[in-house]
Amino acid sequence: MIRFILIQNRAGKTRLAKWFMNFHDDEKQKLIEEVHALVTVRDAKHTNFVEFRNFKIVYRRYAGLYFCICVDVNDNNLAYLEAIHNFVEVLNEFFHNVCELDLVFNFYKVYSVVDEMFLAGEIRETSQIKVLKQLTTLTSLE
Amino acid sequence: MPTMRGDAMRGLAVFISDIRNCKSREAELRRINKELTNIRQRFRADKTLDGYQKKKYVCKLLFIFLLGHDIDFGYMEAVNLLSSNKYTEKQIGYLFISVIMNSSTEMKQLIIQNIRNDLQSRNPIFINLALQCVANIGDREMAIAFTNDIPRLLISGDTLDAVKQSAALCLLRLHRTSPDSLQLNTEWTARIIHLLNDQHLGVATAAVSLIDALVKRSPDEYKGCINLAVSRLSRIVTSSYTDFQDYTYYFVPAPWLCVKLLRLLQNYPPPDDPSIRSRLNECLDTILNKAQEPLKSKKVQHSNARNAVLFEAINLIIHMDCESSLLVRACNQLGQFLQNRETNLRYLALESMCLLATSEFSHEAVKKHQETVINALKSERDVSVRQRAVDLLYAMCDRSNAQDIVQEMLTYLETADYTIREEMVLKIAILSEKYAIDYKWYLDIMLKLIRIAGDFVSEEVWYRVIQVVVNRNDVQSYAAKIAFEALQAPACHENMVKVAGYILGEYGNLIALDPRSTPMIQFDLLHSKYHLCSPTTRCLLLSTYMKFVNLFPEIKHHIQDILRHDSNYRSSDVEIQQRAIEYLKLSEICNPTVLATVLEIMPPYPEKQSPLLVRLKQKKPLIESENVNEPSSPSTTTAAHTEDGPKLAETAMHLNHHQQQQQQNGLLVSLDIPESNGHYEESTSNSFASLTKSSTSTVQSNKKFLFKNSDIIFENELIQIGIKGELMKSSMHIELYYGNKTNFNLINFSTNFFLSGDLESELRMNMEPIKTTIDSRAQIKQSGTIDCLKDFYDLPKMNITFYYNNIPQKIDYSFPLYLNKYLEKADMDSNNFFLRWRNLEKPNQECQKIFPAKFPMIYDDCRQKLEGFGWSSLTGIDVNSENFCGAGIIHTVSQQIGCLYRLEPNKQANMYRLTIRASKDGVAKRFAELLEDQF
Repeated sequence: MIRFILIQNRAGKTRLAKWFMNFHDDEKQKLIEEVHALVTVRDAKHTNFVEFRNFKIVYRRYAGLYFCICVDVNDNNLAYLEAIHNFVEVLNEFFHNVCELDLVFNFYKVYSVVDEMFLAGEIRETSQIKVLKQLTTLTSLE
Repeated sequence: MPTMRGDAMRGLAVFISDIRNCKSREAELRRINKELTNIRQRFRADKTLDGYQKKKYVCKLLFIFLLGHDIDFGYMEAVNLLSSNKYTEKQIGYLFISVIMNSSTEMKQLIIQNIRNDLQSRNPIFINLALQCVANIGDREMAIAFTNDIPRLLISGDTLDAVKQSAALCLLRLHRTSPDSLQLNTEWTARIIHLLNDQHLGVATAAVSLIDALVKRSPDEYKGCINLAVSRLSRIVTSSYTDFQDYTYYFVPAPWLCVKLLRLLQNYPPPDDPSIRSRLNECLDTILNKAQEPLKSKKVQHSNARNAVLFEAINLIIHMDCESSLLVRACNQLGQFLQNRETNLRYLALESMCLLATSEFSHEAVKKHQETVINALKSERDVSVRQRAVDLLYAMCDRSNAQDIVQEMLTYLETADYTIREEMVLKIAILSEKYAIDYKWYLDIMLKLIRIAGDFVSEEVWYRVIQVVVNRNDVQSYAAKIAFEALQAPACHENMVKVAGYILGEYGNLIALDPRSTPMIQFDLLHSKYHLCSPTTRCLLLSTYMKFVNLFPEIKHHIQDILRHDSNYRSSDVEIQQRAIEYLKLSEICNPTVLATVLEIMPPYPEKQSPLLVRLKQKKPLIESENVNEPSSPSTTTAAHTEDGPKLAETAMHLNHHQQQQQQNGLLVSLDIPESNGHYEESTSNSFASLTKSSTSTVQSNKKFLFKNSDIIFENELIQIGIKGELMKSSMHIELYYGNKTNFNLINFSTNFFLSGDLESELRMNMEPIKTTIDSRAQIKQSGTIDCLKDFYDLPKMNITFYYNNIPQKIDYSFPLYLNKYLEKADMDSNNFFLRWRNLEKPNQECQKIFPAKFPMIYDDCRQKLEGFGWSSLTGIDVNSENFCGAGIIHTVSQQIGCLYRLEPNKQANMYRLTIRASKDGVAKRFAELLEDQF
């Protein structure tokens, strides 16, 4: 199960934090900082997986942004690694060449994208075509 | 940026730009405050805000919140947005609720009503929004409220696919948060299972996750899913990729669905039905075959997706553990990955191979890769990969390769990362004992281990060395010899001093004839380390010296001098002083025969599970507990609690006068239980035997915590719970301390608090999450707040679950939070007191009890209790100075309740009369009941 999804830039600014577990606000802040400290020191020769408390982080870096998914230790690493990529491709399509600023100015839309693809800590929909179709419908609504 | 449509909120974009342009934190704060003031005014003044404006302002609030600022208004406006019939407004409303509002908000009912309206709407987009919201924040109340609506949406024939997907995961959320409240009709079972067959792969993808959770709850009820999962899987893996256009990801058909299906099947043993089983084997075979095919794309996405499925298939093969051909093929495949240029693949291959090594079918196949794995240990750049290599070496080790593997691990240990050293030490210690053909080899390894990585040698490790030596008389003189030699090194780790001290104390006589290690030389060598050691080690050495008195009467006087020395005889360390004094006395008054009996050689330890294995399991609870085929010592039959370790020095003696050391482990709680003095006592083991079974205990709260603001509220053999409370008006800040009294770590520790019945509306509890492991003899803290919304009479329930030595434990407990905790004392003069007293004379406001004294009738004791209860004890008010009067105010969020009391002791009759008056009905009676048996 996914425990949370984080998008952070190198400087540690959070661009998306989606929590699938009930954490206290202070605890969330702590997790955000710990994850940042954990992934930013790793280089391309390292794996895309890091043990983290009783969980593990599966992450991938896109330009200056780190996309991190925290999952249970026995979850399938590669499946979540590609789930990140699938998500990024959808964002890219939806925002026509997504950049960090799109996520800032349209934060409320990013949440909609997440809800289409991940729900209750599980993968909900994996077809990019289906997700984008649904998102286009929603954008056309008032 | 996407083109702005009708929904684009210009004001929001401007605001975000402003914030981004702020040069300093202060400037940002000013801009935010300005915006907050503006929004607050808009919300307050302008009742006619239209939906668009409301949406915009709520969205700004949300943005401010996400920047890390508290938002304490705008909730109502957000909830109003839910009833809008425009999608964009509704979406922002739901988003605000999902992100900001915690579960205990007062607008809960209103939110639930809005969600219900949307769930019943004809617009699938609104239904979906409502479902996604429940999937995000669903709790017990929602589980009860929607116990019919949501399952109906899931199984109804005319629900849209997208809605079904959300409904499935929404149910999963409710199932996870409150499995008891969510009642799924068994008639729905078959229809839920059939979602695996849904035409729409997205529905199947979402549904597998739900079914997986339901299977874990009732495997038999959902058994039908095996067949469907296998056939769905078969249709995907054997098809050509063109069949699933939308769901093909980089030429791999529906990889995520495949992974989920393969995981679902790991909940069951291999299928009984031969046709299903052969179909499944065919799938697994196909997946393994595909891994050998040339890649269809150079993109890493293609190989990742393909391998995600492959690794999950291998997991299933290992789980079934019955098809040796599949196991061996899996192993060969992983062997190829060990050489792959992708670090990810090498890492995952090492991880999976660890599991393969535990299967008898593939153990030999794994061993072929020993050299590659050792290379990984030396050359991998990522420490987590090296860690996996260590794990795998440990798992593949057996008698045939133990010497090589242990040697390689020892070599690596010298340069290993600090984070993994302790675990490596444990693993080396376990392997070298388990596969020792010659115990001299074992001892060489162990002493080398202490020399290389002394800091990382935990107590269990050196205890175990001593146990082995004590139990095997063929190595005792060798042990004494090499321990003596190890001590001669110029720098010598304290753990080495401990081991050598213990061994020489027992077996020093076996090497005493050698002129290089005469009694005096042995003693001098040991004593040269004495002053560099910690008090615990010194205590151990004092016991060694005492053993020398018996072994070598000729150096008795030297030893007596040491014992008599001020630094020992008058040591500021109580334990050292006590030992020095008692040993000295013993050596003076006892004749040699008595001494010989008292200081006799230690008897062998009973063979049980090595404490090292227990320790290793504790280190990695989540991984190791699933790893059933863990190497274990041959004599192990049960995971019985072991008290094997020689308990520092006191167990080295058959003396009975050494007390357990009291360790003060926290401000409230002293955690130690008396330890046995002999190294193994039947009684100890029996009392712990009961704990090796899983236990559930329900404990009634006794009135702990009633008069004090800190107390121990619960205690059994395993844990102790202390509490501290601090009142601020209607809000109580509490700190709970959970202390582990055992020598084992308690894992998967979790606590839950329940407010049942009326309490739900009377209290608001907010407890911080807690660490899931309590180390042996340590204590963890949980803080939280409990707000009193109105006066209450029941006690919150608390349940605690954890694993002790891999055995589940559960404690149900009434949390002793009584109404008086919210009582604050009030001072007043006599006039005021009686004025108020007379004002409270309606029948329900007063309660009087007359009761016999249970305790000696001492004035100060009574006064202390009354003040501890929370209210004042006023003097000079009652004409009779023997009587007690006082007042207090109960703070709740909604109101303040005044309380007055009068307690009249009658010493002749040994009785009390207690009269309480309170401004709210029922309170006086409650307090009187709490107090009537307390004086």
